[in-house]
Amino acid sequence: MLDAKFNDPRGEARLFTRRVILSGLVAILCLAAVVARLVYLQVFNSEHYRTLSEDNRVRVEPLPPMRGLIYDRNNVLLADNVPSYSLQIIPGKVDDIAQTIDALSRLININDVDRQRFERLRRQHRRFDGVPIRLDLSDTERARFAVHSHRFPGVQIHAELLRYYPFGVDTSHVLGYVGRINEREMERIDPSAYAGTSHIGKIGIEKAYEDALHGKVGFQQVEINARGRVLRTLEEQLPTSGEDLVLFLDIDLQQDIMRAMAGKRGAVVAIDPNSGGVLAMVSTPGFDANLFVDGISVKDYVALRDSIDKPLYNRAVRGQYPPASTIKPFIGLGGLASGAISFRDGKYCGGYFQLPGHSHRYRCWKRSGHGTLTVTDAVVQSCDVFFYRLAHDMGIERLDRFLADFGFGAKTGIDFADELGGLLPTPEWKERVRGRPWYPGETLIVGIGQGAFLVTPLQLAAATAAMANHGTYFQPRMVQAVRDPSTGLVHTTEAVSHRIAVDGEAKWQGIVDAMALVVEGSRGTARRIRNRLIRIAGKTGTAQVFTIGQTERYNEAQVAERMRDHALFIAFAPIEAPQIAVAVIVENGRHGGSTAAPIARQVIDSYLLKRRVEPPPPPGADADGD
Amino acid sequence: MTLFSDTLSEDSERGLLERLHIDWPLLLGILVLCACGLAILFSATEQSTGQVERQIFRLGLALGVMILIAQIHPEHLRRWSPLLFLLGVTMLVAVAMTGEIGKGAQRWLNLGVLRFQPSELLKLAVPMMLAWFFSGGTLPPSLPRILVGVIITAVPVLLIAQQPDLGTALMVTSAALVVLFMAGLSWRLIAVLGGLAAGGAPVLWYLMHDYQRQRVLTFLDPQSDPLGAGYHIIQSQIAIGSGGIYGKGWFHGTQSHLEFLPERSTDFIFAVLGEEFGLVGILVVLAVYLFIIFRGLYIAVHAHNSFSRLLGGAITMVFFVYLFVNTGMVVGLLPVVGVPLPLISYGGTSLVTIMAGFGILMSIQTSKYSQSR
Repeated sequence: MLDAKFNDPRGEARLFTRRVILSGLVAILCLAAVVARLVYLQVFNSEHYRTLSEDNRVRVEPLPPMRGLIYDRNNVLLADNVPSYSLQIIPGKVDDIAQTIDALSRLININDVDRQRFERLRRQHRRFDGVPIRLDLSDTERARFAVHSHRFPGVQIHAELLRYYPFGVDTSHVLGYVGRINEREMERIDPSAYAGTSHIGKIGIEKAYEDALHGKVGFQQVEINARGRVLRTLEEQLPTSGEDLVLFLDIDLQQDIMRAMAGKRGAVVAIDPNSGGVLAMVSTPGFDANLFVDGISVKDYVALRDSIDKPLYNRAVRGQYPPASTIKPFIGLGGLASGAISFRDGKYCGGYFQLPGHSHRYRCWKRSGHGTLTVTDAVVQSCDVFFYRLAHDMGIERLDRFLADFGFGAKTGIDFADELGGLLPTPEWKERVRGRPWYPGETLIVGIGQGAFLVTPLQLAAATAAMANHGTYFQPRMVQAVRDPSTGLVHTTEAVSHRIAVDGEAKWQGIVDAMALVVEGSRGTARRIRNRLIRIAGKTGTAQVFTIGQTERYNEAQVAERMRDHALFIAFAPIEAPQIAVAVIVENGRHGGSTAAPIARQVIDSYLLKRRVEPPPPPGADADGD
Repeated sequence: MTLFSDTLSEDSERGLLERLHIDWPLLLGILVLCACGLAILFSATEQSTGQVERQIFRLGLALGVMILIAQIHPEHLRRWSPLLFLLGVTMLVAVAMTGEIGKGAQRWLNLGVLRFQPSELLKLAVPMMLAWFFSGGTLPPSLPRILVGVIITAVPVLLIAQQPDLGTALMVTSAALVVLFMAGLSWRLIAVLGGLAAGGAPVLWYLMHDYQRQRVLTFLDPQSDPLGAGYHIIQSQIAIGSGGIYGKGWFHGTQSHLEFLPERSTDFIFAVLGEEFGLVGILVVLAVYLFIIFRGLYIAVHAHNSFSRLLGGAITMVFFVYLFVNTGMVVGLLPVVGVPLPLISYGGTSLVTIMAGFGILMSIQTSKYSQSR
């Protein structure tokens, strides 16, 4: 009450009352205008409008667009639209629904699941909308119903184009899937753009490229009779089909990886180091995305959701694992780049490391110690103590800055819905989340890729690709071109990249050489995958599993199996001119060298050796990579 | 006019409604309107029990919010006003930077499990902030204070308009204008503002998105686009006109049931009312609306301080603007702006805001008693 002494509360109140009365009058006047208009419409012109409404025979109906198709890099169709016929009941036109369903079930197989779905959908639809009682009718069933259709007024066969994924489980995680639009999505989309469209991209590429894939709705003007039946089409504006996508994905490679990962839980991501294009992305176990397209049954869904193997969980982009020893080449390079070490410097490993003034022993995996090692030796033999010392010398800030350059700790920005960003622990992060200061010991743990440090397989593959091409980090991407099916116009996506600041080609070459020795050296941790045909550079990792969550209802053997370490391997090949970089994670696979590395080898062999004669490039795709 | 006197409440023992800080005439009006709304919705949705159930759930939720807010003393509301305003503007900025794309426009803020439309909050926060600001000085406000008030309004309105959400920007602006008017803005200034608005129209036109311009053009000549935006207006007028004086009867509106009328359960539900219940039905519903508006104005006039007066008046008049803009649009007096018919249209977002406003009105009215005791 700054100006309290000038206040005149009574005057204010009087003024206010006057204004309120004026407002009330304005309200009455405005509503009177509305009422006047209503009287004009409903009293004086009622006859005119009544005639119009009775003659109102022209209705505008939406024509849904055809969803864009998805192709792999060799123009193999991965997501198709196929006609599907369902049997629909229009509740408003049927007197006894239960009896009608019983009569139908003598003609066509209708089980309890169908009945339950019908009851559920019926509540969501208006009375004169068709509600499906049976989906996916066979030709025989359609013919059988057609013969008897006169007995079933208010029951009709409805044809629509449904998404079909020919490769089923092999592409479920990489493509995502479409499903019926739910109420939440309804609020987000433009209802007129989706008029007549029942499906929308739910996850993965289907979701990320929803706008391009969906297309533009068309309309037709139809004449109907007084009961609402369509007599003829007067005018139409055809819909524009959605745009087709051409992926970097190689479906042969994808399937080979699915086979190699059969029976294992984990993820594999393969990236072309020359473009950042994702050649394959596998998360196992998978699921059949086709189940979701037309509404998955509750039983199937519960089975998938509650499976201990979490098949619905896309480990490739959402699985966050400690990178473990696979981080060592990157940290070794960081040491070289920052001048903390040179190639000639040796560090001593006596089996453990102690921070000055502390008694805690940070142990090497090799209890007896490695002796004095150079950075090359340390990468090849995966010595922990060397990297404790190096991380300690570099300090957490320099370490974080360098690792962030390789894309760790942040979402890659891939054109794919719902990826996670992993976690690159920093002192600020700890202060913010845990409310405690950073301890020097934690820097050591980051140095061997454990502790709070988490990466996704996608991040790991993208970083490996940058290592493979000596320092160009490409933001990974799924789609190489978007194609307009009607005009044939192709729009290729552009690579987004940045240089990783390391002065001197020799440092890159030195670390790559060390990674080559991991496979080719006599002490290399992945020497079992050495071969004469293709030179592979790689790094093994073994990540400790600390927690497993939700163990209550699983038996002990399973729990014990799930307490085992995760096996990791990163690799690229051929060393001289890399064409593929790959990250493999096998959950509870124990050792990177024995479990994950052979899978990486299979991936590389599949891509580089088994390839067919150079396939025709997809129309318009620019000449990148291969 | 016994409903508008508070002798009854003062003389009787404090009943349950009073202890809950509920103004029963206002509650009665609201409940009657909601009941009418559900009946119309039941018909407009082709007797979809699912949608009606969802709407009942939303109404229950919104009524809960109303009762909750009615418990807050106006003095607390006054003190929180600047904070609430700052919070709202901050969230608008957040939406502008990170908001989810909804309906081709950035409006939603995703708070993990909850998606929230901050512009809704501003519908209450702007009048609260202005009422707080103007009630802190003499009334009518001096010219510099008015200018500050204009700036307070302009910041959120511009942020909302660029989302772009013309409907909400309009509602927030009208809320601010009502506060200014009730604060005693001199007629000379009102004339100047009117002049400025007329001068600003071309600028607004320039800033509008194509689809918004299209709506205005179609409004001026609906026949020009009978299959596009004009379709709404033509069909809604046919629906209302063919309803005549007594209407075609519940569930018997051909316009709505044969699906000629678009958006019939949301923005154009008033046309369903007109078709099925005729002029008589509409007049009954409008009378209930008018009753609520007059009760709100009565509460505002009898409030104890200028903050409560200004806020109460603004909330009531914004409710009226909702009603007028929607009905005006449906009968073809105003352009098609996406504003729902308050308390009747299907949907939950604005419902909560409106009920929260009524909660504030009830708080203003009932706290008067507790003070006088």
